[in-house]
Amino acid sequence: MANTQAMTTSFKSEIMAGIHALGTSVVRAGTGADTVKAAIYLASATVNAATTAYSVTDEASGSGYSAGGVTVTNAVVPTSTGTTAFWTPSANITYTTVTLATAFDAVLIYNSTQSNKAISVHTFGSQTITAGTFTLTMPTNDASTGLLRIA
Amino acid sequence: MITTTKGDMDEVLLEKREGSVDNDNETTHWVEYWIGDELVHRSAHVYLKTSVFATSEIGEI
Repeated sequence: MANTQAMTTSFKSEIMAGIHALGTSVVRAGTGADTVKAAIYLASATVNAATTAYSVTDEASGSGYSAGGVTVTNAVVPTSTGTTAFWTPSANITYTTVTLATAFDAVLIYNSTQSNKAISVHTFGSQTITAGTFTLTMPTNDASTGLLRIA
Repeated sequence: MITTTKGDMDEVLLEKREGSVDNDNETTHWVEYWIGDELVHRSAHVYLKTSVFATSEIGEI
């Protein structure tokens, strides 16, 4: 046997599960899963890896759409396969009977329990919706396609 | 019945147009319903093929 330098796989999934608090000012008190939400952003917006929190600036708006977006169904525990940790919402993200007339092309996933802190940005071809439904179909929750993966 | 900008309408009264996009990033299907030259319903369903992926590194001691 030989020792191997690594970030442990368990740590990767435990980051997503909020097990570790390495900061000097730990503010987390809750023990349950946080509420995760998904907000739609206009094609003219700038949401990216530098985005730190949800903002109404350049968020989509229109009939049937509430600022802040929709709550993401989260009934799965972050887990890992091999050396990759992953997490995927347990249901598709759906905006039902909305009219979003201005083109949009991104969804921000964020943690509404933790001061709306940003988690991830997902982009797609520009869309508009007219009295219809916009659905983001979730990928298979595994190490190859899970929505969030840390390897 | 189809939800439209004019309320729920029988599908037979509407012109249906569909399309899809399939590339490395997504598979998207959209459906539109028209009355003449007026768009009264548009829905879209996006399947993202690429997820957000982060790699981890640790520092040398």
